[in-house]
Amino acid sequence: MIPLEHFLFVSAALFCIGVAIIIIKRNAIVVLMGIELILNAANINLVAFSQHDPHRIQGQMFALFVIVVAAAEAAVALAIVLKVYQHFRTANVDEISSMKY
Amino acid sequence: MLPYIFFAFALLTVGSALLILLTKNVLYAAFSLLLTFLGVAGLYVLAGADYLAITQVMIYVGGILVLMIFGVMLTNKDREGGPDTTATTQHHNQFMGTLAAIGLFTVLLIAILKVNFSALSGASGSLLNQSSVAITGIQLMTGFVLPFEVAAILLMVALISAAYIAGKSKN
Repeated sequence: MIPLEHFLFVSAALFCIGVAIIIIKRNAIVVLMGIELILNAANINLVAFSQHDPHRIQGQMFALFVIVVAAAEAAVALAIVLKVYQHFRTANVDEISSMKY
Repeated sequence: MLPYIFFAFALLTVGSALLILLTKNVLYAAFSLLLTFLGVAGLYVLAGADYLAITQVMIYVGGILVLMIFGVMLTNKDREGGPDTTATTQHHNQFMGTLAAIGLFTVLLIAILKVNFSALSGASGSLLNQSSVAITGIQLMTGFVLPFEVAAILLMVALISAAYIAGKSKN
């Protein structure tokens, strides 16, 4: 069996790279990719800890629902990005700066 | 043998995530995200979550990633760029971003190293010898039936709202 800390190191690295992507990138869709990385890091954590729960695998069940919520959130977020693009003609988060329609 | 496979999948995952961070080409980032999702699916299998690994590949790669590539293709038309039409992204706040990420990683690293995980019990490796599909199904119908039904409603709401928000503009 693989020690628990190794899973947690990978998950921490993925989380921090996701945070860096959200802060650094200017394209709205790449920011969404960073958010998906963060959700995957949390899922790795849940699955790693559920190794210690072989009878009810609660961690894996919760990770399943995290995947479902991530899918719903990605769909709605991309719909919003498309609508914003229809108006502003750009997907650059620095140029979407006016609230007045 | 198992630690080497784990190291390979971990390297694939973190390496692809770094590629997303470092590249300026949005489509390269999308395909690196694909590799990241596959690496995470491999890690799930090594943690005894085989059903979750296949679900991850189907939903993330087959659904969310395709949607993101859709989004990239549809938001790339009206840029003034001359003959070069590759979809690129710029960087901003690079110093603050890397500082925040490295700081957060240091905090998490110290926390993981300080905790004594041997106090946890029950990890007999038995999850690696059986398939998790049967127990996932039983748990979804007994212990997790309420989140299951709420997730179904959530997906319907997300479907309707995404279709309405991205619909044709009224002008």
